[in-house]
Amino acid sequence: MAFLDGLLPAYYESIIITVGIYIILALGLNLITGVTGQLSLGHAAYMCIGAYTSAIVSMKLGLPFIVALLCAGIVAAIFGIFIGFPVLRLTGDYLAICTLGFGEILKSILFNMPYVGGAMGMAGIPPKTTLLNTIIIALIVIIVMVRMERSRFGRSLVAIREDEIAAECMGINAFRYKLQMFAIGTFTAGLGGALWAHKIMVLQPRDFGFMKSIEILNMVVLGGLGSIPGTILGATLLTAIPEILRFSSEYRMVIYGALLVIMMIFRPHGLMGNTDFNKLAKRTFRVFNTNNNKDKKSGMEG
Amino acid sequence: MLSNFFVQLMNGIALGSTYALIALGYTMVYGIILLINFAHGEIFMSGAFVGLILVTVFHVHIIIAFLGAMLFCMIMGVIIEKIAYKPLRRSTRLAALISAIGVSIFLSNLANLIFGANPTSYPPTKEILFPVKSFELFAGAQVTNLQILIIATSAILMIILQYFIKNTRIGKAMRATSQDYDTAALMGINVNKIISYTFAIGSSLAAAGGVLVGIYFGVVKYNMGTLVGLKAFTAAVLGGIGSIPGAMFGGIALGIGEMFAVAIGLSSYRDAIAFGILIIVLLVKPTGLFGTEIQKKV
Repeated sequence: MAFLDGLLPAYYESIIITVGIYIILALGLNLITGVTGQLSLGHAAYMCIGAYTSAIVSMKLGLPFIVALLCAGIVAAIFGIFIGFPVLRLTGDYLAICTLGFGEILKSILFNMPYVGGAMGMAGIPPKTTLLNTIIIALIVIIVMVRMERSRFGRSLVAIREDEIAAECMGINAFRYKLQMFAIGTFTAGLGGALWAHKIMVLQPRDFGFMKSIEILNMVVLGGLGSIPGTILGATLLTAIPEILRFSSEYRMVIYGALLVIMMIFRPHGLMGNTDFNKLAKRTFRVFNTNNNKDKKSGMEG
Repeated sequence: MLSNFFVQLMNGIALGSTYALIALGYTMVYGIILLINFAHGEIFMSGAFVGLILVTVFHVHIIIAFLGAMLFCMIMGVIIEKIAYKPLRRSTRLAALISAIGVSIFLSNLANLIFGANPTSYPPTKEILFPVKSFELFAGAQVTNLQILIIATSAILMIILQYFIKNTRIGKAMRATSQDYDTAALMGINVNKIISYTFAIGSSLAAAGGVLVGIYFGVVKYNMGTLVGLKAFTAAVLGGIGSIPGAMFGGIALGIGEMFAVAIGLSSYRDAIAFGILIIVLLVKPTGLFGTEIQKKV
Protein backbone atom coordinates (compact mmCIF):
# COMPACT_ATOMS: atom_id res chain seq x y z
CA MET A 1 0.00 0.00 0.00
CA ALA A 2 2.84 2.33 0.67
CA PHE A 3 4.51 2.45 -2.70
CA LEU A 4 3.35 6.02 -3.34
CA ASP A 5 4.86 7.28 -0.10
CA GLY A 6 7.87 9.48 -0.48
CA LEU A 7 7.48 9.59 -4.24
CA LEU A 8 6.70 13.30 -4.13
CA PRO A 9 8.01 16.03 -1.85
CA ALA A 10 5.81 16.23 1.23
CA TYR A 11 4.50 19.70 0.31
CA TYR A 12 3.18 18.61 -3.08
CA GLU A 13 1.85 15.37 -1.65
CA SER A 14 -0.06 17.34 0.95
CA ILE A 15 -1.54 19.63 -1.71
CA ILE A 16 -2.60 16.70 -3.88
CA ILE A 17 -4.30 15.04 -0.90
CA THR A 18 -6.10 18.31 -0.15
CA VAL A 19 -7.20 18.59 -3.78
CA GLY A 20 -8.48 15.00 -3.63
CA ILE A 21 -10.47 15.67 -0.47
CA TYR A 22 -11.99 18.82 -1.94
CA ILE A 23 -12.89 16.94 -5.13
CA ILE A 24 -14.83 14.43 -3.00
CA LEU A 25 -16.54 17.20 -1.02
CA ALA A 26 -17.32 19.31 -4.09
CA LEU A 27 -18.75 16.35 -6.01
CA GLY A 28 -21.16 15.72 -3.14
CA LEU A 29 -22.29 19.33 -3.23
CA ASN A 30 -22.44 19.26 -7.02
CA LEU A 31 -24.99 16.46 -6.77
CA ILE A 32 -27.12 18.51 -4.37
CA THR A 33 -26.75 21.99 -5.86
CA GLY A 34 -25.53 21.43 -9.40
CA VAL A 35 -27.46 18.39 -10.57
CA THR A 36 -30.62 18.71 -8.48
CA GLY A 37 -30.58 22.49 -8.07
CA GLN A 38 -31.07 22.53 -4.28
CA LEU A 39 -28.87 25.31 -2.91
CA SER A 40 -27.13 24.08 0.22
CA LEU A 41 -25.05 26.50 2.28
CA GLY A 42 -24.22 23.96 4.97
CA HIS A 43 -22.10 21.36 3.26
CA ALA A 44 -19.28 21.86 5.76
CA ALA A 45 -21.66 20.71 8.52
CA TYR A 46 -21.81 17.20 7.06
CA MET A 47 -18.07 17.26 6.49
CA CYS A 48 -17.79 18.19 10.16
CA ILE A 49 -20.03 15.33 11.25
CA GLY A 50 -17.95 12.92 9.18
CA ALA A 51 -14.70 14.28 10.55
CA TYR A 52 -15.74 14.05 14.19
CA THR A 53 -17.37 10.63 13.75
CA SER A 54 -14.29 9.17 12.10
CA ALA A 55 -12.04 10.70 14.73
CA ILE A 56 -14.11 9.16 17.53
CA VAL A 57 -14.19 5.77 15.80
CA SER A 58 -10.50 5.58 15.02
CA MET A 59 -9.11 7.39 18.06
CA LYS A 60 -11.46 6.67 20.96
CA LEU A 61 -12.65 3.23 19.83
CA GLY A 62 -9.41 2.22 18.13
CA LEU A 63 -11.06 0.69 15.07
CA PRO A 64 -9.37 0.53 11.63
CA PHE A 65 -9.50 3.45 9.21
CA ILE A 66 -11.84 1.82 6.71
CA VAL A 67 -14.44 1.35 9.49
CA ALA A 68 -13.98 4.98 10.49
CA LEU A 69 -14.50 6.07 6.89
CA LEU A 70 -17.70 4.08 6.48
CA CYS A 71 -19.05 5.20 9.86
CA ALA A 72 -18.29 8.83 8.92
CA GLY A 73 -20.22 8.50 5.67
CA ILE A 74 -23.15 6.68 7.24
CA VAL A 75 -23.53 9.02 10.22
CA ALA A 76 -23.31 12.06 7.93
CA ALA A 77 -25.97 10.52 5.68
CA ILE A 78 -28.22 9.79 8.67
CA PHE A 79 -27.94 13.44 9.69
CA GLY A 80 -28.56 14.38 6.07
CA ILE A 81 -31.82 12.42 6.01
CA PHE A 82 -32.77 13.73 9.43
CA ILE A 83 -32.24 17.35 8.33
CA GLY A 84 -33.38 16.79 4.76
CA PHE A 85 -36.71 15.30 5.71
CA PRO A 86 -38.24 18.55 6.94
CA VAL A 87 -35.98 20.93 5.04
CA LEU A 88 -36.20 19.52 1.52
CA ARG A 89 -39.89 20.38 1.44
CA LEU A 90 -38.85 24.03 1.38
CA THR A 91 -37.69 25.51 -1.87
CA GLY A 92 -34.89 27.71 -3.12
CA ASP A 93 -33.43 30.18 -0.69
CA TYR A 94 -35.34 28.93 2.30
CA LEU A 95 -33.56 25.64 1.90
CA ALA A 96 -30.27 27.52 1.64
CA ILE A 97 -30.84 29.45 4.84
CA CYS A 98 -31.99 26.34 6.75
CA THR A 99 -28.88 24.38 5.78
CA LEU A 100 -26.79 27.40 6.76
CA GLY A 101 -28.58 27.56 10.10
CA PHE A 102 -28.00 23.87 10.73
CA GLY A 103 -24.26 24.36 10.16
CA GLU A 104 -24.10 27.19 12.68
CA ILE A 105 -26.14 25.25 15.25
CA LEU A 106 -23.89 22.22 14.87
CA LYS A 107 -20.84 24.42 15.42
CA SER A 108 -22.34 25.80 18.64
CA ILE A 109 -23.17 22.31 19.89
CA LEU A 110 -19.64 21.05 19.24
CA PHE A 111 -18.23 24.11 20.99
CA ASN A 112 -20.12 23.05 24.11
CA MET A 113 -19.38 19.33 23.96
CA PRO A 114 -16.53 18.33 26.29
CA TYR A 115 -16.40 14.77 24.86
CA VAL A 116 -14.97 16.09 21.58
CA GLY A 117 -12.84 18.77 23.21
CA GLY A 118 -15.21 21.74 22.89
CA ALA A 119 -13.61 24.88 21.49
CA MET A 120 -10.12 23.50 22.08
CA GLY A 121 -10.86 20.79 19.58
CA MET A 122 -9.86 17.20 19.25
CA ALA A 123 -6.16 16.45 18.86
CA GLY A 124 -4.10 13.34 18.31
CA ILE A 125 -6.04 11.77 15.47
CA PRO A 126 -3.81 9.17 13.78
CA PRO A 127 -2.48 10.27 10.34
CA LYS A 128 -4.16 7.58 8.26
CA THR A 129 -4.91 9.62 5.14
CA THR A 130 -2.35 8.84 2.46
CA LEU A 131 -1.98 9.84 -1.14
CA LEU A 132 -3.04 6.38 -2.26
CA ASN A 133 -6.24 6.03 -0.25
CA THR A 134 -7.29 9.59 -1.07
CA ILE A 135 -6.83 8.95 -4.79
CA ILE A 136 -8.69 5.64 -4.61
CA ILE A 137 -11.66 7.13 -2.76
CA ALA A 138 -11.73 10.17 -5.04
CA LEU A 139 -11.76 7.90 -8.09
CA ILE A 140 -14.56 5.76 -6.66
CA VAL A 141 -16.61 8.88 -5.94
CA ILE A 142 -15.98 10.24 -9.46
CA ILE A 143 -16.98 6.94 -11.10
CA VAL A 144 -20.10 6.58 -8.96
CA MET A 145 -21.11 10.18 -9.72
CA VAL A 146 -20.59 9.74 -13.48
CA ARG A 147 -22.53 6.47 -13.53
CA MET A 148 -25.29 8.01 -11.44
CA GLU A 149 -25.60 11.05 -13.69
CA ARG A 150 -26.37 8.77 -16.63
CA SER A 151 -28.82 6.58 -14.74
CA ARG A 152 -32.58 6.89 -14.48
CA PHE A 153 -32.05 8.33 -11.00
CA GLY A 154 -29.67 11.01 -12.27
CA ARG A 155 -31.96 12.01 -15.11
CA SER A 156 -34.84 12.32 -12.66
CA LEU A 157 -32.74 14.65 -10.53
CA VAL A 158 -32.00 16.85 -13.56
CA ALA A 159 -35.73 16.88 -14.34
CA ILE A 160 -36.42 18.07 -10.79
CA ARG A 161 -33.86 20.83 -11.21
CA GLU A 162 -35.35 22.02 -14.47
CA ASP A 163 -38.96 22.04 -13.29
CA GLU A 164 -40.11 20.29 -10.18
CA ILE A 165 -43.82 20.47 -10.95
CA ALA A 166 -43.35 19.18 -14.49
CA ALA A 167 -41.14 16.38 -13.14
CA GLU A 168 -43.85 15.36 -10.69
CA CYS A 169 -46.36 15.34 -13.52
CA MET A 170 -44.12 12.85 -15.31
CA GLY A 171 -44.43 10.54 -12.33
CA ILE A 172 -41.23 11.40 -10.48
CA ASN A 173 -41.64 11.36 -6.72
CA ALA A 174 -39.62 14.55 -6.30
CA PHE A 175 -39.41 14.53 -2.54
CA ARG A 176 -38.21 10.92 -2.33
CA TYR A 177 -35.59 11.46 -5.02
CA LYS A 178 -34.40 14.65 -3.37
CA LEU A 179 -34.08 12.88 -0.04
CA GLN A 180 -32.11 9.99 -1.55
CA MET A 181 -29.91 12.43 -3.42
CA PHE A 182 -29.31 14.42 -0.23
CA ALA A 183 -28.33 11.26 1.62
CA ILE A 184 -25.79 10.39 -1.09
CA GLY A 185 -24.43 13.94 -1.17
CA THR A 186 -24.01 14.07 2.59
CA PHE A 187 -22.46 10.58 2.59
CA THR A 188 -19.67 11.85 0.32
CA ALA A 189 -19.31 14.92 2.53
CA GLY A 190 -18.82 12.56 5.48
CA LEU A 191 -16.15 10.63 3.57
CA GLY A 192 -14.35 13.86 2.72
CA GLY A 193 -14.56 14.93 6.35
CA ALA A 194 -13.07 11.64 7.54
CA LEU A 195 -10.12 11.96 5.16
CA TRP A 196 -9.70 15.57 6.25
CA ALA A 197 -9.69 14.62 9.95
CA HIS A 198 -7.01 11.99 9.43
CA LYS A 199 -4.92 14.39 7.39
CA ILE A 200 -4.78 17.48 9.59
CA MET A 201 -5.08 15.42 12.82
CA VAL A 202 -6.64 18.26 14.83
CA LEU A 203 -10.32 19.11 14.64
CA GLN A 204 -11.78 22.39 15.78
CA PRO A 205 -15.43 23.36 15.36
CA ARG A 206 -14.49 26.74 13.92
CA ASP A 207 -12.83 25.07 10.92
CA PHE A 208 -16.24 23.94 9.72
CA GLY A 209 -18.04 27.25 9.68
CA PHE A 210 -20.01 29.02 7.02
CA MET A 211 -16.85 29.98 5.12
CA LYS A 212 -15.92 26.35 4.59
CA SER A 213 -19.32 25.65 3.04
CA ILE A 214 -18.86 28.68 0.84
CA GLU A 215 -15.41 27.54 -0.19
CA ILE A 216 -16.85 24.23 -1.41
CA LEU A 217 -19.78 25.96 -3.12
CA ASN A 218 -17.34 28.25 -4.92
CA MET A 219 -15.61 25.21 -6.39
CA VAL A 220 -18.86 23.83 -7.75
CA VAL A 221 -20.10 27.12 -9.18
CA LEU A 222 -16.75 28.13 -10.59
CA GLY A 223 -16.29 24.77 -12.28
CA GLY A 224 -19.78 24.83 -13.72
CA LEU A 225 -22.93 23.74 -11.92
CA GLY A 226 -23.85 20.15 -12.65
CA SER A 227 -20.67 19.39 -14.54
CA ILE A 228 -18.51 16.68 -12.99
CA PRO A 229 -15.28 17.55 -14.86
CA GLY A 230 -16.01 21.20 -14.10
CA THR A 231 -16.33 20.48 -10.39
CA ILE A 232 -13.04 18.58 -10.42
CA LEU A 233 -11.38 21.50 -12.20
CA GLY A 234 -12.96 24.00 -9.80
CA ALA A 235 -11.80 22.05 -6.74
CA THR A 236 -8.29 21.79 -8.14
CA LEU A 237 -8.04 25.46 -9.09
CA LEU A 238 -9.47 26.85 -5.88
CA THR A 239 -7.19 24.67 -3.78
CA ALA A 240 -4.19 25.63 -5.87
CA ILE A 241 -4.86 29.38 -6.16
CA PRO A 242 -4.47 30.16 -2.44
CA GLU A 243 -1.28 28.07 -2.48
CA ILE A 244 0.05 29.96 -5.49
CA LEU A 245 -0.89 33.26 -3.85
CA ARG A 246 0.98 32.27 -0.70
CA PHE A 247 3.85 34.58 -1.68
CA SER A 248 1.54 37.49 -0.89
CA SER A 249 -0.08 35.95 2.15
CA GLU A 250 -1.37 39.34 3.28
CA TYR A 251 -3.24 40.08 0.10
CA ARG A 252 -4.17 36.46 -0.55
CA MET A 253 -7.79 36.55 0.56
CA VAL A 254 -8.37 40.01 -0.92
CA ILE A 255 -7.20 38.74 -4.31
CA TYR A 256 -9.24 35.56 -3.87
CA GLY A 257 -12.40 37.59 -3.28
CA ALA A 258 -11.74 39.83 -6.27
CA LEU A 259 -10.97 36.81 -8.48
CA LEU A 260 -14.32 35.24 -7.61
CA VAL A 261 -16.16 38.36 -8.74
CA ILE A 262 -14.12 38.67 -11.94
CA MET A 263 -14.53 35.00 -12.85
CA MET A 264 -18.27 35.16 -12.30
CA ILE A 265 -18.59 38.28 -14.46
CA PHE A 266 -16.70 36.72 -17.36
CA ARG A 267 -17.85 33.10 -16.99
CA PRO A 268 -21.23 33.21 -15.22
CA HIS A 269 -21.91 29.57 -16.11
CA GLY A 270 -18.63 28.45 -14.63
CA LEU A 271 -15.56 27.30 -16.46
CA MET A 272 -17.14 24.11 -17.81
CA GLY A 273 -20.89 24.65 -17.51
CA ASN A 274 -22.95 21.93 -19.22
CA THR A 275 -19.91 19.82 -20.00
CA ASP A 276 -19.78 16.18 -18.97
CA PHE A 277 -17.09 13.59 -19.59
CA ASN A 278 -18.74 12.46 -22.84
CA LYS A 279 -18.70 15.93 -24.36
CA LEU A 280 -15.20 16.52 -23.05
CA ALA A 281 -13.99 13.29 -24.68
CA LYS A 282 -15.72 14.12 -27.95
CA ARG A 283 -14.25 17.58 -27.99
CA THR A 284 -10.74 16.28 -27.32
CA PHE A 285 -11.26 13.64 -29.96
CA ARG A 286 -12.44 16.25 -32.46
CA VAL A 287 -9.38 18.38 -31.88
CA PHE A 288 -7.27 15.27 -32.26
CA ASN A 289 -9.13 14.31 -35.46
CA THR A 290 -8.87 17.70 -37.11
CA ASN A 291 -5.17 17.67 -36.36
CA ASN A 292 -4.95 14.28 -38.03
CA ASN A 293 -6.92 15.50 -41.01
CA LYS A 294 -4.68 18.49 -41.37
CA ASP A 295 -1.73 16.16 -41.35
CA LYS A 296 -3.34 14.02 -44.03
CA LYS A 297 -4.16 17.03 -46.13
CA SER A 298 -0.69 18.39 -45.93
CA GLY A 299 0.53 14.91 -46.73
CA MET A 300 -1.58 14.79 -49.90
CA GLU A 301 -0.40 18.15 -51.02
CA GLY A 302 3.12 17.03 -50.49
CA MET B 1 -38.21 39.04 38.32
CA LEU B 2 -40.39 41.46 36.40
CA SER B 3 -37.68 44.12 36.48
CA ASN B 4 -35.12 41.66 35.16
CA PHE B 5 -37.57 40.74 32.43
CA PHE B 6 -37.89 44.40 31.50
CA VAL B 7 -34.13 44.96 31.45
CA GLN B 8 -33.62 42.00 29.14
CA LEU B 9 -36.50 43.16 26.98
CA MET B 10 -34.85 46.57 26.51
CA ASN B 11 -31.50 44.94 25.76
CA GLY B 12 -33.24 42.75 23.24
CA ILE B 13 -35.06 45.60 21.54
CA ALA B 14 -31.88 47.68 21.32
CA LEU B 15 -29.93 44.80 19.78
CA GLY B 16 -32.88 43.81 17.64
CA SER B 17 -33.39 47.27 16.20
CA THR B 18 -29.84 47.20 14.83
CA TYR B 19 -30.56 43.78 13.32
CA ALA B 20 -33.71 45.22 11.84
CA LEU B 21 -31.82 48.10 10.19
CA ILE B 22 -29.49 45.62 8.50
CA ALA B 23 -32.27 43.17 7.68
CA LEU B 24 -34.08 45.91 5.74
CA GLY B 25 -31.26 46.05 3.21
CA TYR B 26 -31.35 42.29 2.71
CA THR B 27 -35.07 42.19 2.30
CA MET B 28 -35.26 45.16 -0.11
CA VAL B 29 -32.54 43.82 -2.38
CA TYR B 30 -34.01 40.34 -2.28
CA GLY B 31 -37.45 41.70 -3.02
CA ILE B 32 -36.27 43.30 -6.24
CA ILE B 33 -33.49 41.17 -7.73
CA LEU B 34 -33.88 37.93 -5.73
CA LEU B 35 -30.27 38.03 -4.58
CA ILE B 36 -29.01 37.21 -1.09
CA ASN B 37 -26.61 40.13 -0.91
CA PHE B 38 -23.86 38.53 1.15
CA ALA B 39 -21.79 41.71 0.92
CA HIS B 40 -24.42 43.53 2.98
CA GLY B 41 -22.87 42.42 6.28
CA GLU B 42 -19.57 43.88 5.09
CA ILE B 43 -21.26 47.17 4.25
CA PHE B 44 -22.49 47.25 7.85
CA MET B 45 -18.89 46.66 8.99
CA SER B 46 -17.60 49.40 6.67
CA GLY B 47 -20.18 51.80 8.05
CA ALA B 48 -18.96 51.15 11.58
CA PHE B 49 -15.33 51.78 10.55
CA VAL B 50 -16.12 54.91 8.53
CA GLY B 51 -17.98 56.32 11.51
CA LEU B 52 -15.01 55.50 13.72
CA ILE B 53 -12.52 57.17 11.37
CA LEU B 54 -14.66 60.29 11.07
CA VAL B 55 -14.84 60.60 14.84
CA THR B 56 -11.25 59.74 15.77
CA VAL B 57 -9.24 61.05 12.78
CA PHE B 58 -11.35 63.94 11.52
CA HIS B 59 -12.80 64.84 14.94
CA VAL B 60 -16.25 65.58 13.63
CA HIS B 61 -19.34 65.38 15.78
CA ILE B 62 -20.84 61.92 16.11
CA ILE B 63 -24.03 62.95 14.34
CA ILE B 64 -22.05 64.16 11.33
CA ALA B 65 -20.00 60.97 11.46
CA PHE B 66 -23.24 58.98 11.52
CA LEU B 67 -24.55 60.78 8.44
CA GLY B 68 -21.13 60.59 6.77
CA ALA B 69 -20.97 56.84 7.24
CA MET B 70 -24.46 56.53 5.76
CA LEU B 71 -23.45 58.61 2.73
CA PHE B 72 -20.20 56.71 2.22
CA CYS B 73 -21.91 53.33 2.32
CA MET B 74 -24.71 54.57 0.10
CA ILE B 75 -22.14 55.29 -2.61
CA MET B 76 -20.30 52.07 -1.86
CA GLY B 77 -23.46 49.98 -2.17
CA VAL B 78 -24.32 51.52 -5.53
CA ILE B 79 -20.78 50.98 -6.86
CA ILE B 80 -20.75 47.36 -5.69
CA GLU B 81 -24.03 46.76 -7.47
CA LYS B 82 -22.75 48.31 -10.69
CA ILE B 83 -19.50 46.34 -10.69
CA ALA B 84 -20.38 42.97 -9.23
CA TYR B 85 -24.11 42.34 -9.72
CA LYS B 86 -25.28 44.29 -12.74
CA PRO B 87 -23.31 42.26 -15.33
CA LEU B 88 -24.82 39.10 -13.84
CA ARG B 89 -28.44 40.18 -13.83
CA ARG B 90 -29.43 37.92 -16.72
CA SER B 91 -27.37 34.89 -15.71
CA THR B 92 -28.11 32.27 -13.06
CA ARG B 93 -28.88 33.46 -9.57
CA LEU B 94 -26.08 31.35 -8.17
CA ALA B 95 -23.50 33.26 -10.24
CA ALA B 96 -24.68 36.50 -8.65
CA LEU B 97 -24.62 34.84 -5.24
CA ILE B 98 -20.99 33.76 -5.68
CA SER B 99 -20.14 37.24 -6.89
CA ALA B 100 -21.72 38.64 -3.72
CA ILE B 101 -19.68 36.22 -1.63
CA GLY B 102 -16.57 37.34 -3.51
CA VAL B 103 -17.31 40.97 -2.66
CA SER B 104 -17.85 39.97 0.95
CA ILE B 105 -14.52 38.13 1.18
CA PHE B 106 -12.79 41.03 -0.58
CA LEU B 107 -14.19 43.71 1.74
CA SER B 108 -13.68 41.89 5.04
CA ASN B 109 -10.09 41.01 4.17
CA LEU B 110 -9.43 44.53 2.94
CA ALA B 111 -10.63 45.77 6.33
CA ASN B 112 -8.33 43.22 7.94
CA LEU B 113 -5.40 44.67 5.97
CA ILE B 114 -6.25 48.26 6.82
CA PHE B 115 -7.33 47.97 10.45
CA GLY B 116 -5.61 44.77 11.57
CA ALA B 117 -7.08 41.63 13.04
CA ASN B 118 -7.56 42.99 16.55
CA PRO B 119 -10.77 44.70 17.61
CA THR B 120 -10.64 48.49 17.44
CA SER B 121 -12.49 50.31 20.17
CA TYR B 122 -14.84 53.22 19.67
CA PRO B 123 -14.19 56.32 21.76
CA PRO B 124 -16.14 56.17 25.02
CA THR B 125 -19.73 57.28 24.74
CA LYS B 126 -19.35 60.10 27.25
CA GLU B 127 -16.72 61.79 25.08
CA ILE B 128 -18.58 61.65 21.79
CA LEU B 129 -22.19 61.69 22.90
CA PHE B 130 -23.25 61.90 26.53
CA PRO B 131 -22.49 60.01 29.74
CA VAL B 132 -24.50 56.82 29.91
CA LYS B 133 -27.15 57.06 32.57
CA SER B 134 -29.74 54.56 33.71
CA PHE B 135 -33.30 55.56 34.29
CA GLU B 136 -35.47 53.58 36.63
CA LEU B 137 -38.98 53.35 35.28
CA PHE B 138 -40.48 51.25 38.05
CA ALA B 139 -39.20 48.86 40.74
CA GLY B 140 -35.77 48.03 39.35
CA ALA B 141 -36.78 48.23 35.72
CA GLN B 142 -33.89 50.14 34.21
CA VAL B 143 -33.22 51.48 30.77
CA THR B 144 -30.15 53.45 29.71
CA ASN B 145 -30.29 56.63 27.67
CA LEU B 146 -27.99 54.94 25.15
CA GLN B 147 -30.56 52.22 24.58
CA ILE B 148 -33.29 54.79 24.14
CA LEU B 149 -31.11 56.64 21.64
CA ILE B 150 -30.49 53.49 19.61
CA ILE B 151 -34.11 52.44 19.62
CA ALA B 152 -35.27 55.96 18.75
CA THR B 153 -32.75 56.40 15.93
CA SER B 154 -33.70 53.07 14.41
CA ALA B 155 -37.37 53.84 14.76
CA ILE B 156 -36.97 57.23 13.07
CA LEU B 157 -35.03 55.72 10.17
CA MET B 158 -37.65 53.01 9.74
CA ILE B 159 -40.50 55.53 9.78
CA ILE B 160 -38.71 57.61 7.13
CA LEU B 161 -38.21 54.46 5.05
CA GLN B 162 -41.83 53.47 5.42
CA TYR B 163 -42.94 56.95 4.34
CA PHE B 164 -40.54 56.86 1.40
CA ILE B 165 -41.74 53.46 0.19
CA LYS B 166 -45.43 54.21 0.62
CA ASN B 167 -45.73 57.82 -0.42
CA THR B 168 -43.10 58.78 -2.97
CA ARG B 169 -42.85 58.15 -6.68
CA ILE B 170 -39.61 56.22 -6.33
CA GLY B 171 -41.07 54.16 -3.50
CA LYS B 172 -44.03 53.29 -5.66
CA ALA B 173 -41.70 52.30 -8.48
CA MET B 174 -39.75 50.13 -6.05
CA ARG B 175 -42.87 48.31 -4.96
CA ALA B 176 -43.87 47.80 -8.56
CA THR B 177 -40.43 46.45 -9.47
CA SER B 178 -40.46 44.02 -6.58
CA GLN B 179 -43.90 42.76 -7.61
CA ASP B 180 -42.94 42.12 -11.20
CA TYR B 181 -39.59 43.13 -12.58
CA ASP B 182 -40.41 42.75 -16.27
CA THR B 183 -43.83 44.34 -16.17
CA ALA B 184 -42.45 47.28 -14.22
CA ALA B 185 -39.83 47.76 -16.92
CA LEU B 186 -42.57 47.65 -19.58
CA MET B 187 -44.53 50.33 -17.73
CA GLY B 188 -41.66 52.74 -18.23
CA ILE B 189 -39.94 52.39 -14.88
CA ASN B 190 -36.18 52.76 -15.17
CA VAL B 191 -35.42 49.49 -13.41
CA ASN B 192 -31.67 50.10 -13.25
CA LYS B 193 -32.26 53.36 -11.44
CA ILE B 194 -34.65 51.68 -9.01
CA ILE B 195 -32.11 48.97 -8.25
CA SER B 196 -29.48 51.64 -7.56
CA TYR B 197 -31.89 53.41 -5.21
CA THR B 198 -32.59 50.13 -3.44
CA PHE B 199 -28.90 49.46 -2.89
CA ALA B 200 -28.33 53.06 -1.79
CA ILE B 201 -31.10 52.96 0.81
CA GLY B 202 -30.28 49.48 2.06
CA SER B 203 -26.57 50.24 2.39
CA SER B 204 -27.10 53.52 4.20
CA LEU B 205 -29.39 51.78 6.71
CA ALA B 206 -26.72 49.11 7.25
CA ALA B 207 -24.13 51.85 7.85
CA ALA B 208 -26.45 53.46 10.39
CA GLY B 209 -26.71 50.07 12.09
CA GLY B 210 -22.92 49.79 12.03
CA VAL B 211 -22.32 53.11 13.78
CA LEU B 212 -25.04 52.35 16.35
CA VAL B 213 -23.51 48.94 17.10
CA GLY B 214 -20.09 50.59 17.38
CA ILE B 215 -21.42 53.09 19.94
CA TYR B 216 -23.47 50.48 21.79
CA PHE B 217 -20.87 47.71 22.11
CA GLY B 218 -17.79 49.93 21.96
CA VAL B 219 -15.70 47.75 19.65
CA VAL B 220 -15.56 47.08 15.92
CA LYS B 221 -13.70 44.31 14.13
CA TYR B 222 -12.98 43.45 10.52
CA ASN B 223 -15.08 40.26 10.61
CA MET B 224 -18.01 41.65 12.61
CA GLY B 225 -20.10 41.79 9.45
CA THR B 226 -20.23 38.08 8.77
CA LEU B 227 -22.11 36.82 11.80
CA VAL B 228 -24.26 39.93 12.23
CA GLY B 229 -25.00 39.80 8.52
CA LEU B 230 -26.09 36.18 8.78
CA LYS B 231 -28.27 36.97 11.76
CA ALA B 232 -29.82 39.97 10.03
CA PHE B 233 -30.51 37.86 6.99
CA THR B 234 -32.08 35.31 9.30
CA ALA B 235 -34.22 38.10 10.70
CA ALA B 236 -35.30 39.06 7.19
CA VAL B 237 -36.27 35.47 6.40
CA LEU B 238 -38.01 35.16 9.74
CA GLY B 239 -40.23 38.13 8.94
CA GLY B 240 -40.82 36.91 5.40
CA ILE B 241 -38.19 37.93 2.91
CA GLY B 242 -39.22 40.80 0.64
CA SER B 243 -41.51 42.24 3.32
CA ILE B 244 -40.34 45.50 4.93
CA PRO B 245 -42.48 45.35 8.10
CA GLY B 246 -41.45 41.70 8.28
CA ALA B 247 -37.76 42.62 8.41
CA MET B 248 -38.39 45.17 11.18
CA PHE B 249 -40.39 42.70 13.21
CA GLY B 250 -38.00 39.81 12.50
CA GLY B 251 -34.98 41.83 13.62
CA ILE B 252 -36.53 42.90 16.89
CA ALA B 253 -37.94 39.41 17.58
CA LEU B 254 -34.51 37.91 16.97
CA GLY B 255 -32.81 40.43 19.28
CA ILE B 256 -35.28 39.78 22.08
CA GLY B 257 -35.05 36.01 21.62
CA GLU B 258 -31.27 36.15 21.74
CA MET B 259 -31.19 38.30 24.89
CA PHE B 260 -33.66 36.08 26.71
CA ALA B 261 -31.68 33.00 25.76
CA VAL B 262 -28.60 34.61 27.26
CA ALA B 263 -30.56 35.57 30.37
CA ILE B 264 -31.73 32.01 31.06
CA GLY B 265 -28.17 30.74 30.88
CA LEU B 266 -27.80 29.62 27.29
CA SER B 267 -25.16 32.21 26.49
CA SER B 268 -22.79 29.65 24.98
CA TYR B 269 -25.52 28.75 22.52
CA ARG B 270 -26.21 32.41 21.73
CA ASP B 271 -25.46 32.17 18.01
CA ALA B 272 -27.36 28.93 17.62
CA ILE B 273 -30.57 30.43 19.08
CA ALA B 274 -31.21 32.70 16.10
CA PHE B 275 -30.89 29.85 13.64
CA GLY B 276 -32.92 27.50 15.83
CA ILE B 277 -35.81 29.99 15.91
CA LEU B 278 -35.51 30.44 12.16
CA ILE B 279 -35.64 26.73 11.35
CA ILE B 280 -38.66 26.17 13.59
CA VAL B 281 -40.53 29.13 12.06
CA LEU B 282 -39.73 28.03 8.51
CA LEU B 283 -40.93 24.52 9.17
CA VAL B 284 -44.22 25.79 10.53
CA LYS B 285 -44.71 28.66 8.09
CA PRO B 286 -42.26 28.39 5.19
CA THR B 287 -42.89 31.90 3.87
CA GLY B 288 -41.88 33.57 7.13
CA LEU B 289 -44.19 35.46 9.46
CA PHE B 290 -45.21 38.28 7.11
CA GLY B 291 -44.42 36.72 3.76
CA THR B 292 -47.03 36.13 1.12
CA GLU B 293 -47.36 32.78 -0.51
CA ILE B 294 -46.34 32.72 -4.15
CA GLN B 295 -48.40 30.33 -6.19
CA LYS B 296 -46.21 28.17 -8.37
CA LYS B 297 -47.40 27.86 -11.92
CA VAL B 298 -46.41 25.26 -14.45
